Order: sequence, then C-alpha cells, then structure tokens
Amino acid sequence: MNFIDELMTNPALTNALPKALGETLLMVGVSGAFVLLIGLPLGIFLYTSAPGGLRPMRVTNRIVSDVIVNITRSIPFAILMIALIPVARAITGTSIGALAACVSLTIGTVPFFARLVETSLRDVSSGKIDAALVMGSTRLQIVAKVLVPEALPGLVAAFTTTLVTLVGYSAMAGLTGGGGLGQLAYNYGFQRFDTTVMLVTIVIMVILVQMIQWIGDASARRVDHRSAATAGAKKHRRHEPATAV
Amino acid sequence: MITVTDLRKVYRQGNREVVALDGVSLSVPKGSIHGIVGHSGAGKSTLVRCLTLLDSPTSGSVSINGAELSAARDADLRSARRRIGMIFQHANLMDSRTAAQNVAHPLELVKTPKAAIRSKVAELLKLVGLEGFENAYPSQLSGGQRQRVGIARALASDPDVLLCDEPTSALDPKTTDEILTLIHDLTQRLQLTVLVITHEMQVIKRICDSVSLLEAGRIVEHGPLRDVAADLGGRLSTTLLPLPPAETNGSGTVLEILYSGDSASEPVLTGAARAFGMDLNVLAGSVESLAGTQFGHLRIQLPTGADTASLSRHLTGQGVAVRVVQEETA
Ligand SMILES: Nc1ncnc2c1ncn2[C@@H]1O[C@H](COP(=O)(O)OP(=O)(O)O)[C@@H](O)[C@H]1O
Ligand SMILES: [Mg+2]
Repeated sequence: MNFIDELMTNPALTNALPKALGETLLMVGVSGAFVLLIGLPLGIFLYTSAPGGLRPMRVTNRIVSDVIVNITRSIPFAILMIALIPVARAITGTSIGALAACVSLTIGTVPFFARLVETSLRDVSSGKIDAALVMGSTRLQIVAKVLVPEALPGLVAAFTTTLVTLVGYSAMAGLTGGGGLGQLAYNYGFQRFDTTVMLVTIVIMVILVQMIQWIGDASARRVDHRSAATAGAKKHRRHEPATAV
Repeated sequence: MITVTDLRKVYRQGNREVVALDGVSLSVPKGSIHGIVGHSGAGKSTLVRCLTLLDSPTSGSVSINGAELSAARDADLRSARRRIGMIFQHANLMDSRTAAQNVAHPLELVKTPKAAIRSKVAELLKLVGLEGFENAYPSQLSGGQRQRVGIARALASDPDVLLCDEPTSALDPKTTDEILTLIHDLTQRLQLTVLVITHEMQVIKRICDSVSLLEAGRIVEHGPLRDVAADLGGRLSTTLLPLPPAETNGSGTVLEILYSGDSASEPVLTGAARAFGMDLNVLAGSVESLAGTQFGHLRIQLPTGADTASLSRHLTGQGVAVRVVQEETA
C-alpha cells in the first residue's frame, strides 16, 4: 500500500482526524477568546497600577504580579492542567473533553498574555500620555484612546504568540483527555506506533501555527502606522514565549 | 493670563532631596509671549509639568485667568486643563491617528458632535497651513508638519493659554523660523497668553515680549525683552547680544558700550570720536533688532592716554551704557 492510499483509507485519518482537528480549533478558539477577554484588562491593570502609573496601587499590583509570575514561571503547564481538573469540573460539569480543557488552557495562558500586554503598553511613550492628560482626558479615555490604539501592533503580535502557545498547550491537554490533535497523536502515534498518523498530525499542527502567525503578522502590519509606507514585517517584533513546558 | 506664585518642587531620590524649583514667581499678561530660558537641568521641564499639574508642586500656586489650578482635582482639573493648550518638543502625536484625527482628539473627549468636529478640524488645519494633509499619519509628515499638527491640536479646545516646551528644539533652522512665525501670528490673532520654554536664544529673540532666566530652580533675571537686552553686563543681555571672547592687543583702555533705539550707531561713535579728537578702535560688535528696537553692543579700544572718564560721561549723557572691561596698561 503506498503512502497516498494509506492517507485516504486509514480510519484514524479519515474519521478521527477531522474530529480531532475540530476539537483543537475549538480549544484554541474558545480559550483564545477568554484569554483576550480576561488577559487584556488584566494587562492594562498591571500597567496602570504599577508605581508611577496612571493609578498606582502598590499592594494590589504587587499581589497580582506575584500570582502571575508564579503561574507562568514556577508551575509547568502540564502540572497546572492536572491541578486544575477539579476547577474544570466545577465550571463545565465534566473533567474530560475539549470544553473542560479550555478552563485550564485559559487559566494557564491568561497570565502569559497579560504580561505581554503590559510589556506592549510600556512601549507607548510617556509623552503621548502627557499630551492626552493635558487635553483633559480621563483615565478611561487614556486607556481607550491612547494606550490600546497606540500599542495595537504590539498587542496583535502578543495575541498571535498567545494563540500559538495555545496550540501547543492544547496538544498537551489532549494527553489528559482533552481530545484534539494531541490526543490523536498520542493514541495512534505513540500507543499504536502508527507513524503515518503521527506525521500527518505534526504537519497539520505546523500548518496551523504557520497560518496563525501569518494572519497575525499581516494584521499587526495593517494596524501599524508608526513608520511611513514601510511599516512592514522587518521591524515587527515577535514575542517569544517566556515559559518552558 | 498666567500667574505663578512662589512655586516650589522638591523631588525625593532615595534619602536625597533635589530642589528642582526654588520659589518661582512670574506672570504673563494676555496676548503676550513670555520666554523662559535656562541651561539643561535648570528646572524648565519641571516648571511646565507643574503648570499643567502633570507633577504636583510641593508648594506655591498656579492660576490661569484667575482660576486656581493647583487646588483643582479630577473633573475640575480636567476642565482647567482644557483651558491650556500644550506644544511639545517632539509633538507627541498619536501614531495611530491621522493628522485630522489627532486634531480631533481633544474634541472627542468632551463628546463634540461629529459635524462640529469635522468643521473645527478643517478650520484648524487650514490655520496652521496643513490643508490637504488631513489623512496623513504622523510618520508620513516632516518634523515641522508634525509640530503644526501639534499646534492645531493644542488650539482645538479654544484655550486661553499656550504652553510650549522646547517647541523648536528638534527642528532645523528654517523650520524653526516657520514654526516661530506661526506661534507669533496665532498669539496675536487669537489673543493667547503664551509661555515658551527653551534653551535657544533664537526663540527668545524672534517671538518673546518678555523673558525670564531660570537657573538652578530660581529666576535670576527677568523683564521685558527690551529692558533685559539694554542691561549692559546682565546675563541675558550678554547672551542676547553676544561678543566674541576679548583679544588683548594694544594697551589702551577697553570699553563695552550698549546703545539702543534712537541713539543710532554711527552718530554716537563718530560724534564721540569727533568731540574728543580720538580714534576709537571697534574690536567686536553685535547689532540686533529685538522687540522692534535696534540694539548695538560694541567693544571698543581707546588710544593710550585717552580721557576715559570724560568719554564715558559723554556717552552716558547720550543714553549709551558704558562699562570698562580693561584698564589702560602701562
Ligand atoms: N522625576 C524626577 N525625580 C527626581 N529628580 C528630578 C525629576 N525630574 C527632574 N528632576 C531634577 O530636577 C532638576 C531640573 O530638571 P528639569 O526640570 O528636567 O530641567 P530642564 O528641563 O531645565 O533641563 C534636575 O536636577 C533633575 O535632575
Ligand atoms: Mg527639559
């Protein structure tokens, strides 16, 4: 049987693969949306509450900062995921499946994204904030009309990196019953030594990550007006994940 | 009208105190431009930051058109700030906004109707000479054009007061001239009260009606441009009408003289030379028109044995300031 025939007939590929891909997309999509929804305000809070920020809150900032450091730096995602199973059960009513995995994916990735948001906001020059203050802006207006729009290229890049990280984490989630491409590769590639499935899974994940990165880079370029005409991929900074798993 | 009374600002750095402003008082009448000069570290930036309450003064008060700014909080402070337009060294425009959107920014903050914003923005861009650049992003504009957008934005809320922090320090000489002319014209047309912070004497010479010299957080000289320039030997006068370093050749007495306005150059010197029958040797000179008045600052050397005292008396009698910088050497 040649390779092409195998691709068309292997039940793992014809039946399980589309389902697994769907689960992966669900995990990345749903947790991505929640990470954006929670992480963006959290990152803005980290920035504005820092000493010398728009509204310094020394103690609260310190506590939130420490919690985030501990989630992202001290606890490997694989362990966090297992530790969060009761939480996932409490929220979704089940401890297995893609939806349950979204809980730990979100909690594990929010701090990472919030940090990237904070870093992006720091790049907004203080002169712009001064200008907005002298115009008579409220703090909320500064966030909405200065910080977020001016940091947008960096924020888009940060979210792209976060989605890519989520693809990787979602594969790990598959190992503890989250489904998706990770579980497919584990069940067929590892437990049944089905090299074809393993290979196809890898290729699909690479393509998925490439597409996310490509769309992310293109969007970042679109919203970047910082340098005339040449606003391009060259000067576009890519955030590298700070975590090891 | 801007009034600053006994403004002090002390920064804490660890357990060290830095006195950035040490009792600054000044007042700028409506329709006039006041310049504040000083070297780097003199406290110029601190002064503008305290004027806009970007930093809160340690003590003292700032009032604009009689409204006390230093006591204002939150909503009051925001509406007080709207009476102030501010221009920055690097314009500080939003890169994500076009020229028109940048000018619209202050208007959006108070929920101005869209149509009103559009017409106001068009009017302002025309005022600063940027018609046709509505949709350009700051990165597509030159430094001078960016500063023009900054000026239009500063004027959007119809402020009474315009604060300029080193408005031309990042610009080339030609553009500097254009921007200064614009600020000068706008001040007269809109009857603004303007405070310009700068380290460039050029700015003072071109547009200021009055000037203060800031040094180590204190105003050490101040007054109308005409008066400070006429003050022979004063720090501002020396920088406004600079002479090259003295060269000592010959042994005669060396004098510095400063005349202004109607005591025009030729008659004064030639008159004196004729009256005393001596040759006056001009070593260096600086002639400028400041605040509409002609100023001359000369260093002259008298022949050996000349009657310095009577010559000085003669010149002083004609309204010329005289100062001996080097006695006759044997
Ligand atoms: N945030 C700050 N913290 C501590 N010291 C400051 C701060 N800002 C300014 N200073 C000090 O105040 C003095 C005046 O500074 P500044 O107003 O920036 O001077 P200028 O604008 O005339 O160059 C300097 O000695 C400077 O080091
Ligand atoms: Mg400064």
